[in-house]
Amino acid sequence: MSTEAVLKRTPLFEVYKNYGAKVIDFGGWELPVQFSGIIEEHEAVRQEAGLFDVSHMGEIVVEGKDAESFIDSLVTNDVTKIDINQCQYTAMCYPDGGTIDDFLVYKLADEKYLLVVNAANIEKDYEWIEQHAKGEVTLKNISSDVAQVAIQGPKAESILQKLTEKDLTGIGLFRFAEHVNLDGVKDVLVSRTGYTGEDGFELYLAADDAKALWEKLLQVGEEDGLKPCGLGARDTLRFEARLALYGQELTKEISPLEAGIGFAVKTNKESDFIGKSSLLNQKEEGLKRKLVGVEVTGRGIPRHGYKVFSEEGEEIGFITSGTRSPSLKKNLGLAIISMEHAKAETPLKVEIRKKLIDAVVVKTPFYKRG
Amino acid sequence: MTNATTNLLYSKEHEWVLQLEGNRVRIGISAYAQEELGDIVFVENPEEDDEVTANELMGSIESVKAVSELYSPVSGVVVQVNEELEDAPEMINEQPYDAGWLVEVELSDPEELESLLSEEEYQAFLKEGEE
Repeated sequence: MSTEAVLKRTPLFEVYKNYGAKVIDFGGWELPVQFSGIIEEHEAVRQEAGLFDVSHMGEIVVEGKDAESFIDSLVTNDVTKIDINQCQYTAMCYPDGGTIDDFLVYKLADEKYLLVVNAANIEKDYEWIEQHAKGEVTLKNISSDVAQVAIQGPKAESILQKLTEKDLTGIGLFRFAEHVNLDGVKDVLVSRTGYTGEDGFELYLAADDAKALWEKLLQVGEEDGLKPCGLGARDTLRFEARLALYGQELTKEISPLEAGIGFAVKTNKESDFIGKSSLLNQKEEGLKRKLVGVEVTGRGIPRHGYKVFSEEGEEIGFITSGTRSPSLKKNLGLAIISMEHAKAETPLKVEIRKKLIDAVVVKTPFYKRG
Repeated sequence: MTNATTNLLYSKEHEWVLQLEGNRVRIGISAYAQEELGDIVFVENPEEDDEVTANELMGSIESVKAVSELYSPVSGVVVQVNEELEDAPEMINEQPYDAGWLVEVELSDPEELESLLSEEEYQAFLKEGEE
């Protein structure tokens, strides 16, 4: 396939082919959509473990005396509540409450934070943060120096433990350890976070070390069923767990409250963060629409952008993400729809190739680990 | 995976056409196509008695990740639909030339078959695409 623009590659690009990857253009990045197959990889993560290259993600360091209050003025969650070695999921909004991005904030030190942002939003985020910089802060986009590998699944911890003397059970959810030595790959940030709905870790390391770590992990994890996984499985896994994807559930037109991540919006925090008054308004007046789960009971699979109608034929919203769920074997979607139709068990219609197909509102997340 | 049999014809949309008795043909997608699509989870075939037209939309195939449109390689009337695919669309991945067939069509214009590719021509067409 020939493309005009030069696609960006991660430090792991060279090893993909050794594992049978099918590579696609993903927002300007040449990334593996699958290795052995999306369903097989999905199952591996639910049953055993999977390894993902997510080095395309962006990393921005915010440092300085005023780093905490500055970040707190940009994001919806309360960054003052986290300790060193803790991270927090948050959103960053426009004044009207629309979402710029959702990301993790890592507190590295009292005056040093790491923001891990979506690949497609790196430049947009950096510019926004820079434009609003105040007080004593410095910014650094270190995205191209940092690789990120995620090991996810019920066996992730025991596999990763084989590479290190550091006791991983001591790293709680949304906690991390820095400078971990993983079988000679030094200086890895090991974070118990992920995007699959399973237990697991996200590992940040120098780009130059990524290949060595990837190969070591697959070697020691083989007997436990660890499989290299692509973005296809990452998407179905996060979807079943109802983890928002920027560009689909969250956009500049969709607020974090509407997208169902209100747990990361602290309108009662002290900081007068950007978007606060709009989000407060949405809360006080009540949301007009929200994210729900939809199961298509007729024949068809809901997909991003498909229109959603009420039983009476009134257009009430749209599908943000949808697929045939590998774990539940049902045709499921996430949809932003008007509040009055958002109750579980409400019958709906989804427009699929010009036909209105029967569907029903269902509870989310579709999948919760046992 | 089953190898393509030599008496198949192909379209540039990666469908194969097998001539059965009389003017009846069976249609499926090629091994290359199913490989490109990945795990197939849904098929929307035309219905029996539907008319199909060469190079026009006749249905769709969905993988976990995406929807792909199906174009009919021939014109005619659908006389049989592979109902098994409704519950087991993965048959297309597993046996694209056998149990994974899509529909059978009674041709209205058998001469259309002449514009399809032979096995050899199709393999050459695939190679071209790789370059």
